[in-house]
Amino acid sequence: MRIDRRLIYLAIAAVVAAPFVFNWTLPLGSASPRTRAIYRHIEALPPRSAIMICFDYGPASMPELHPMGIALARHAFSRKLRVIGLTLGPEGLIMAQNALSAAAKDYGAREGEDWVNLGYKPGFISVILGMGTDIPKVFRTDHRGVPIAELRAMEGIRTYADLGLVVELTASPAINDWVVFAQSRFHAKLAGGVTAVMATDMYPYLQAGQLIGLLNGLKGAAEYEALIRHPGLASLGMTSQSFAHVAILAFVVLGNIGYFATRRRRR
Amino acid sequence: MRLQVPLAITFIVGLVMLVQFFVPHKVGEDVMDALTAWARIIGAFALVLGIGSLFQRHLERMRRRREGWQYSIVTLLSFTVMVIVGLAWGKEKGSPFNWAFTNIQVPLDASMFSLLAFFVASAAYRSFRARSPESTLLLLAAVVVMLGRVPIGEQLSPRLPEATEWIMSVPTVAAKRGILFGVALGAIATSLRIIVGIERSHLGVESRT
Repeated sequence: MRIDRRLIYLAIAAVVAAPFVFNWTLPLGSASPRTRAIYRHIEALPPRSAIMICFDYGPASMPELHPMGIALARHAFSRKLRVIGLTLGPEGLIMAQNALSAAAKDYGAREGEDWVNLGYKPGFISVILGMGTDIPKVFRTDHRGVPIAELRAMEGIRTYADLGLVVELTASPAINDWVVFAQSRFHAKLAGGVTAVMATDMYPYLQAGQLIGLLNGLKGAAEYEALIRHPGLASLGMTSQSFAHVAILAFVVLGNIGYFATRRRRR
Repeated sequence: MRLQVPLAITFIVGLVMLVQFFVPHKVGEDVMDALTAWARIIGAFALVLGIGSLFQRHLERMRRRREGWQYSIVTLLSFTVMVIVGLAWGKEKGSPFNWAFTNIQVPLDASMFSLLAFFVASAAYRSFRARSPESTLLLLAAVVVMLGRVPIGEQLSPRLPEATEWIMSVPTVAAKRGILFGVALGAIATSLRIIVGIERSHLGVESRT
């Protein structure tokens, strides 16, 4: 049995688009312990504590990771925490600015006072290492060129020890460097937000306690949106993802039926 | 000298950073701060080198009219326009740079990645066959995980997410941990080879075996 691949493409397009067109939603279910761990950690931080979110992704992984960044920032602003955004990849600069400003708008958080976007700095591992001893030395200004000393959001922030949490949002193995250099060497309180394909790589770190928690793909983002009671893009996308998974499995079953039928006929 | 000087620098700096990690003295931390600052500066220069290499490669392709040389014009033109626009009007929301990034690059990049969904579906249909006991096991695990990771799975059965969690946390982590150990040991071995000068591929010469 051979199905024209164009029919397969059409079927996938239809099942992904249908929930958006007809406004179908499925109940999300309970959040995983890994997502709850990050939520509880942020809930326990006192007001004016600072969390750092590293937006190391670009447009390709935006559907999964951008909602995580917005949800985390929203949660932080709702708890009156400071948010320090930065990126170690050039595409993340505008991602960080868009996510932080979108979340800040809902809570009246002001740039410079309640949140800051430190911008992009090349050097990856050397930046992570440098922040372990002196963050203002690595990032002397924010992305607008305002000196760090003039930003109230950066008051008292010198090293990872002054941060309540560091969250790395990435679709690459970059989070390994954060575990090796920031967590292992400088004992940063580290959490991760990764695409679903990357999640299994993070489980050893979770089980070793090197990661406090993990947001796993679009579902992780949707779970976090549900925890903060602010459904967004991720919640909207989960129904499409459900239908797409079922469609792919249906094609796999069809393919196997055809395979066994052909094998039997040959015998 | 062209080989000996880089090898000597690699050896000395590698040894210093290795020793510094285990010696919690202020002098060591200052040395690390200085070296990581130099690394960031070199990283910035590497960007410049990368841009130069990009231009060189695409100009060569245009000059020799190699296949796809028209796309090289698009590449260099897009790059130049974004640089000029970004420097002239900044990158804040509402600026031309931000508009071009949000309305051109983001949709293009996202569309390219979205094609994967269609290819995965087609590839799964064509090649995901229960040909052997191992492939059957893989197929069953894939079915459980794909259903368990989406809300519809929990609707079908609350056992599916539990089974998914077990597959992700036990056999998968066991395999991943083994791979991580292997990678870490390999990285240690390669690093030591580079520090002592056995591995020289980064200098453009053959390694000593």
